[in-house]
Amino acid sequence: MSDIIGKVFVAIGLAFNILGCIGLIRLPDMYNRLQAATKCVTMGTCMVLLGVMIKAGIGHSAELTTRCVLCMVFILITAPTAAHALAHGAYSSGVKLWEKSVVNRYEEDFKSESTKQEAE
Amino acid sequence: MLFTIAYVVLIACCIMCLYRVSRGPTAPDRAMAIDILGIVVVCFAALLSLKTGQAFYLDIGITWAILSFIGTIALAKHLEGKGFDE
Repeated sequence: MSDIIGKVFVAIGLAFNILGCIGLIRLPDMYNRLQAATKCVTMGTCMVLLGVMIKAGIGHSAELTTRCVLCMVFILITAPTAAHALAHGAYSSGVKLWEKSVVNRYEEDFKSESTKQEAE
Repeated sequence: MLFTIAYVVLIACCIMCLYRVSRGPTAPDRAMAIDILGIVVVCFAALLSLKTGQAFYLDIGITWAILSFIGTIALAKHLEGKGFDE
């Protein structure tokens, strides 16, 4: 039973991974690609780790279970942090949005922030 | 069977990431693709450790995730034009 559940989790995780990577290729600008790829791949990898944990048997191998949980927690903390830092860095370094983007609320914040820094 | 399909899917993911690394029009694109590649490699390590029953493959995954996180943060700070501690 745990074998089948583990396989289902691994399969769902792989589907998320491949969809995220297709988004990485297909979407038009950097910010779209960033949000598609980061969220899908983080979720997919966590599901694969969960599936590996269930398939190996949660009670059977303590080493594998512990490492899977550690890895999952670590990825769930670090991947969004890295994506946020990258988006901020990309905007500051002047990467343009797609020309068909409809709204850019961050622009106002960014302008006031930079004028404040210049005043200091 | 599951492992063969899984490896094919993950290798396809890696190739897509490498395509974005090679073609990406801006520097943040490349940094992001390297970050995603790191997470896909963690997935690889997990499946390898399930197949062989050796838990140390997951250590490789954890280490790879840590190093790729640090590298991505450093690149992001560099793009922003600030030092690492600001």
